[in-house]
Amino acid sequence: MNAFGLPEILFLLQGLKWTVLLTIISFIGGGVIGLLIALARVSTSPVIQRLAAAYIALFQGTPLLMQLFIIYYGLALLQINVDAWIAVSFAYTAHASAFLGDIWRGTIQSLPRGQTEAANALSLGYVSRMRDIILPQALKISLPATIGFAVQLTKGTSLAAIVGFIELARAGQIVSNLIFQPLLVFGIVGLIYFAICWPMSIWGTRMERRMSRNHA
Amino acid sequence: MNQLDFGIVIERWDELLHGVALTLALSTAGIVCSLIIGVIGVAMHRTKNPLLQAPVIAFVELIRNTPFLIQLFFLFFALPLLGVRLNPTITAIIALAINGGAYSIEIIRGGVESIPRGQIEAGAALGLSSTQIFRDIVLIPALRAIYPALSSQFILLTLTSSVCSSISASELTHFAQRIESETFRSFEVYFTITGLYLLISWLIMTALSSIGRRHFSYPN
Repeated sequence: MNAFGLPEILFLLQGLKWTVLLTIISFIGGGVIGLLIALARVSTSPVIQRLAAAYIALFQGTPLLMQLFIIYYGLALLQINVDAWIAVSFAYTAHASAFLGDIWRGTIQSLPRGQTEAANALSLGYVSRMRDIILPQALKISLPATIGFAVQLTKGTSLAAIVGFIELARAGQIVSNLIFQPLLVFGIVGLIYFAICWPMSIWGTRMERRMSRNHA
Repeated sequence: MNQLDFGIVIERWDELLHGVALTLALSTAGIVCSLIIGVIGVAMHRTKNPLLQAPVIAFVELIRNTPFLIQLFFLFFALPLLGVRLNPTITAIIALAINGGAYSIEIIRGGVESIPRGQIEAGAALGLSSTQIFRDIVLIPALRAIYPALSSQFILLTLTSSVCSSISASELTHFAQRIESETFRSFEVYFTITGLYLLISWLIMTALSSIGRRHFSYPN
């Protein structure tokens, strides 16, 4: 009973499954909404621009843990009964949308103004200008930062453990409480996170280096 | 239970303000220690001695690619096994210092490496002493270059300090959890302290950018 065996490993892997799913769901959801936020942030309407800026500032100026608490308990207060995984996915999606929105806002604004002017001179409409000219370039430049955020998001999902959602970190806590070997268990849990995050970090850094070399 | 009631927040306002002060103290301690780790790490890395470089690289990669919560738990359980018994708040400061230290090493290293060698050689050619070269040609320009990145790292560390509530360190989130468990007013309590955190990060940002304008920016 008091040993780290196959059942414990399987339980951790079960948690890992949720860590990965939660990251993927919120990265995709956050990506879609984040794109809208980025477009709103560079909009020509000052009202829309300011609303998007406030949305980003709100998420960047408060702890991720509080964002999680507010959405988790807020849904309960509104008597919206959803599964825990939906509630936490919702919170991480909102979080990711603000950060991705700000990253992409930055790369859209980093493009030379001539790009927009040339598109206007060719009398391209807004949709075509964004879809065919601006976004493909902006998203490409943003890749290293976007991958960097994916690493942050993967690590960030561990905070779902604090609201009791059983992902990898919470699974680790449960196993640790069961077999009284916190160092072994949290060491293994840490290494699993490392095995996911490190390759992504290396990928992002290499891409960044390659890009800055091409520009030099 | 389904009606919003912020009465409890007003009733225990003093406790929350005390929490704000403790969070500021906790993060300031973490930030200062993380900067010390950052400078030592960069100094070790610059020796070009593989025996000193390798541990720094391993430390940075390990810390930056694992969640803070796991680092905190690991430290929380590891220190007593090493015979070190500390209260949770001190453990939290150490964890914040280690986590922030890894990011500081990356940022400071980037700044120092951005100083071209020719600039140092030019200083030597002008007959500046090595202290002058280090202070005026390496350190101050490097600090100017990294100041914005370092500032956002400080704010991030302050926001991260809320996670330390999970080992019962004395800070704002821990106080909020105590109030919540006594009153069951989860949303109201967390909504309020989220506003307090927003205020804290705004205060730190304003303070840092005014220091930056005065000391770490180029004339005009």
